[in-house]
Amino acid sequence: MNQIWTIAKRELGSFFDSLMAYIMMVAFLGFSGFFTWIFGTDIFFIKQATMQPFFGIAYWTLFFFIPAITMRLFAEENKSGTIELLLTRPVTDWQVIAGKFLATFLLILIALGLTLPYYITVASLGPVDHGSVITGYIGLMLISCAYISIGLFASSVSNNQIVAYLIALVIGIFFHIIFDLLASNLSGLPGEIISFLSISQHFESVSRGVIDSRDLIFFFSVIFISLILTEMNILKKRTA
Amino acid sequence: MDILVENLTKIYGTQRAVDNITFRVKTGEVLGFLGPNGAGKTTTMKAITTYLVPNEGSISVGQYTLKDQAEEIKKHIGYLPENNPLYQEMPVIDYLKYVAELQGIEKPRIRKRILEMVRLCGLEGEKHKNISELSKGYKQRVGLAQALIHDPDVLILDEPTAGLDPNQIVEIRELIKKIGKEKTVILSSHILAEVEATCDRILIISKGKIVADGTAEELRKRAHGKEILKVRIEDGEANTVFTALKNLDTVELVDFIKNEESSYEIQSKDGVSSRRAVFKLCVSKGWTLTGMSSIETKLEDIFRELTMN
Repeated sequence: MNQIWTIAKRELGSFFDSLMAYIMMVAFLGFSGFFTWIFGTDIFFIKQATMQPFFGIAYWTLFFFIPAITMRLFAEENKSGTIELLLTRPVTDWQVIAGKFLATFLLILIALGLTLPYYITVASLGPVDHGSVITGYIGLMLISCAYISIGLFASSVSNNQIVAYLIALVIGIFFHIIFDLLASNLSGLPGEIISFLSISQHFESVSRGVIDSRDLIFFFSVIFISLILTEMNILKKRTA
Repeated sequence: MDILVENLTKIYGTQRAVDNITFRVKTGEVLGFLGPNGAGKTTTMKAITTYLVPNEGSISVGQYTLKDQAEEIKKHIGYLPENNPLYQEMPVIDYLKYVAELQGIEKPRIRKRILEMVRLCGLEGEKHKNISELSKGYKQRVGLAQALIHDPDVLILDEPTAGLDPNQIVEIRELIKKIGKEKTVILSSHILAEVEATCDRILIISKGKIVADGTAEELRKRAHGKEILKVRIEDGEANTVFTALKNLDTVELVDFIKNEESSYEIQSKDGVSSRRAVFKLCVSKGWTLTGMSSIETKLEDIFRELTMN
């Protein structure tokens, strides 16, 4: 556990040192704030004290930003060779993966934490369904974890950060929107299966205030499978 | 801690990078790994550090085996990889603290160990700089500091003096010698003089196989069991002297030495010396023997002989 925290601390430090963290947070808060309060179907347009516009936009911003944060996590270490020193220290592959995962997740938590003033403002405007706000945030955390895992896997595939970003985005877009579109055109069992794979379906039900075990099973499966593939990638480099 | 490598084989695709090698390094021994590029030095070292998983063979460090107790081995090894990879954006002190924590040094001792390493590796002036701002020599010192910070029993150094200036090379060699007294050290190098100066034992590998193993002295003897003499004989006509030397019983080969008048190189037959015979020949012919010295084979020649074919 100590080792995981040590690795997470270093990664988190390097997010802030490289300005990545600030850029990501400013962009995240900027985009979500703009669309929540000022433009499009914002809160004043729909005239309801609800966080739904924010969750809708955060759903998209996280999709684009998380791969940008995770892309360097393994790609850079593979390229510079520091991965060799890291893995020859008394840490396991899983501790390394967990440390990097934790660092990214904490960064996202900070970014989400900074949107709490939105919630406070909305709550002061009118009656808010507090339960659905809480589950909405939980939903955002769950999709963040899923995309972080996918991003870690993508980063372990390539030594090139841009390639890692694109791989994460391509895998992500299937879960994010393509499965959803496909499912609406299919009926019967295939439709149901593909619909189950769609993150947007699960996020919608969670952000409406319903956390079903099906949703949790889906998110944890995506996380688990991605991380296992990441570990296999790391091991492959050492055995091949 | 002894290192024991048995029948180690590592295959990349179809190429056998390391081919069934076996050796042992004892505590307090500094072993030099020599070999041309791509001979398998780095691969062997990576296997010992647990980074690469070998295809065949076993490695044990002290009482721990790679197969079952890799995590224990990791605690006892200090490793300086080739090209010295470091987190460029971190300050030296922060990096050493990070390494110390990962190596599991107890919290109260971390500060003391970092200061010791900074002093030992001469990093006082640069400890607050980012690693990316350091010159290559200082980066190399940071590399050594991270390898030594947990006071490991085994040190694996892959080309530790690459890119250093002559003064730094001497310093690092001294450091390695000092450390090597109580630890087990394996270092690789292309520079033969360096290996000769720092190592107790030399292992030459070529194409994944061990081709020589021993001290510099032993290697010389093995490569050239035959005595080679350089003699200078004056007062005689060159060709006559040449023929007379050639006809001696103990002599196998005679050569003129270029650019040196009346000097000859004599290679004796296996296991015999021609010194006395040459002297007696000169006495009987009335020539003057003005010089006789044995030629020491250079490590370079041994290296070339063993690794070229």
